[in-house]
Amino acid sequence: MARSNPISLRSLISEIGPVDQVGIEERVAKYITRSIKKASKVQALKLAVSMVDLTTLEGKDTPGKVASLCLKALHPHDDPSIPSTAAVCVYPRLVKHAKKLLRGSSVKIASVATAFPSGQAPLATRLSEVRAAVSDGADEIDMVISRGAFLAGELALVQDEIAAVRDACGKTTLKAILETSELETYDNIRAASFLAMRVLRPGDFIKTSTGKTSSNATLGNNQVMLEAIRDFYLETGTEIAMKPAGGIRTAKQAIQFLIAVKETLGDAWLNNAHYRFGASALLNDLVRQLVKEKTGAYQAPYTFSEASGSY
Amino acid sequence: MPAKRPNNPARELLFGDLWEYDPAPETAPAHIAPRYDLFINGQFTAPKSKKWFDSISPGNEQKVSEIALANEVDVNAAFAAASAAFPKWSKASGAERGKYLYRIARLLQDRAREFAVAETIDGGKPIRESRDFDVPVAAAHFFYHAGWADKLAYAAPGRTLAPLGVVGQIIPWNFPLLMLAWKIAPALACGNTIVLKPAETTSVTAMKFCSILQDAGLPPGVLNIVTGAGDTGTNIVHHPAAAKIAFTGSTTIGKFIQRTLAGTDKRITLELGGKAANIVFEDAPIDQAVEGIVNGIFFNQGHVCCAGSRLLVQESVADEVLRKLKMRLRHLRVGDPLDKNTDIGAINSRKQLEKIQELVKSGVSEGAEIHQPACKLPKRGFYFAPTLFSNVSLSHRIAREEIFGPVLSILTFRTPEEAIEKAHNTPYGLSAGVWTDKGSRILKMSTELKAGVVWANTYNKFDPASPFGGYKESGFGREGGKQGLLDYAQIV
Repeated sequence: MARSNPISLRSLISEIGPVDQVGIEERVAKYITRSIKKASKVQALKLAVSMVDLTTLEGKDTPGKVASLCLKALHPHDDPSIPSTAAVCVYPRLVKHAKKLLRGSSVKIASVATAFPSGQAPLATRLSEVRAAVSDGADEIDMVISRGAFLAGELALVQDEIAAVRDACGKTTLKAILETSELETYDNIRAASFLAMRVLRPGDFIKTSTGKTSSNATLGNNQVMLEAIRDFYLETGTEIAMKPAGGIRTAKQAIQFLIAVKETLGDAWLNNAHYRFGASALLNDLVRQLVKEKTGAYQAPYTFSEASGSY
Repeated sequence: MPAKRPNNPARELLFGDLWEYDPAPETAPAHIAPRYDLFINGQFTAPKSKKWFDSISPGNEQKVSEIALANEVDVNAAFAAASAAFPKWSKASGAERGKYLYRIARLLQDRAREFAVAETIDGGKPIRESRDFDVPVAAAHFFYHAGWADKLAYAAPGRTLAPLGVVGQIIPWNFPLLMLAWKIAPALACGNTIVLKPAETTSVTAMKFCSILQDAGLPPGVLNIVTGAGDTGTNIVHHPAAAKIAFTGSTTIGKFIQRTLAGTDKRITLELGGKAANIVFEDAPIDQAVEGIVNGIFFNQGHVCCAGSRLLVQESVADEVLRKLKMRLRHLRVGDPLDKNTDIGAINSRKQLEKIQELVKSGVSEGAEIHQPACKLPKRGFYFAPTLFSNVSLSHRIAREEIFGPVLSILTFRTPEEAIEKAHNTPYGLSAGVWTDKGSRILKMSTELKAGVVWANTYNKFDPASPFGGYKESGFGREGGKQGLLDYAQIV
């Protein structure tokens, strides 16, 4: 892999501008005060369903579990007005099993490659994992960036690796996971977003987290990344998509994230080519709220397949 | 210096109606009486003037209630009640006075939603603000000063604090309940008794507040509320029994009061107008600065004496800031104040709306460039779209006069010295904002800026423990904190 010139965090932040923590958290606190009712709520819930990357990433995943996950993604509920989810998200070994059920459907297969979740494997190993997932039929690859390299100041290395994974993807969509909780500061999250976006293609994603650390997607880091996407779009015209993942369990939370999208990036990002939720439990709550809006009452928990493990 | 980011002005984001928020009106009852009498000596008392005037809702121009018009006889009765209550109240132990303040604070919290709705109906501010700001901060002021009541000996170590007597207080229409709290909480904590007059367009929450006083069992006469317009206020200012006049409002009236009181032994504190500079340096976090600029000028429709109404932005980032501001304005929601999603509510009165319209017209005719987002304003009620003016010069009226509306004048500067000079180029000195990533610059600017409060990387933050007040023609005296407390006491 050809090495690019070094990039210093200091010059990058000076170029893209810093983020003030208090200010960004004040901004997102306003989203929570929005009151979404009636038709606008139903519309948001359905939109959110269509944006879910229904995920199972466990050591105990089996072809059978993935099969039921795929069926749930295709038909989240017997109400035909509830759409399919955007994708399922599984480990590379299980892509071929998902492919059998999802071939020809609108539900995409995303796979976490690149030694997920730590990324601590040699680059060649990570790239071969990506190629294997792609050749098994993955439509989207969720990669992790090298947080260690980022924190060590080796920003060019981080960017070059993203570019290498992008090349290994071929025509497959790439999602670059920043693992925001390990980058910790909003300045770092903004810097990492720009590092990634500058080598991504239109329609590729930046993604908050693996879901495997203590803190995952928050309205705060979502906002920092949305604003980075907006600034990058205004500068270059390239539309980068966004995926918050982990920690979004309730319909209420999902609507708050959608409010952030609407008020930061506008209508063009309110679709599943531009915005996704990486989640498992969320889907059931979205469906529960949709049924409640329709019938006026909450249904018994056993009406839905409650635990994500029982999809 | 950060590189100037290339911005393609043709590229825009679409903030359309793909997903529109449905109306979400706050429906809790406000319990507003059809008519309010005066509150004198612990009782609701019909005015001797036998006159009432209408209070209308600026959101839809409908009549909200009838408010008593207090004449000189009524004001005299209020002062008589306050004077009679003073000996006992001033000699009560601090803990005893604190007890009532705590009760008031808790009762206000209990009825927070009702008061928020009433405030929004009567004054036009968005329910989000009255619910999340006005009422909770008012309660916080009572809690804070309740704590001081039995600790006055610690406010001036080695000395004793004594109350002043009967204080006359006149409050404005922009934060009716909050300004009432700011005024009466420290006065009561120090052992004064009070005659207070709310603004004539926004008396409803003050009169509702009287029922809290009754529920709290506050001794009769300790707090008397008389309603009316300028004449009622003049009667208070002139009253011989007033030991102090505390006024918040326009600089014109403040000067009148100061002239009137010259040569008397009455104390006076004035919290008057402002034309704050909100200063954005090139290294500032731009998106958060934009948010702070919006919060600084559009909070409460710009009816804020400390509103950041003059934006001073460093030339190198001026284009980017203006572009982002314009974009941010496109998804501010202007409309029904009772809708929980409304960001900008109604202008408080027709008179104020006309004043804003007149000043905006002058801005256009003096050659500043106006920017307003396309937004549908309700047909009835007093509304004004959020407005930006770029290419503003220091000599423009919109850069000099307090507009007290959702109108921002944008000026540029090149160096910190120039920013300070421009910030000072105003008769006012109430507040200022500084936006920079550089801590040392924050300290330097806040030391040099002649403003009662300087916010750094934030704007419009209030806390009962933090004194608030002005320099120059923004008035004198402080409200909040130990300094505000001492303005209601004499050190003996």
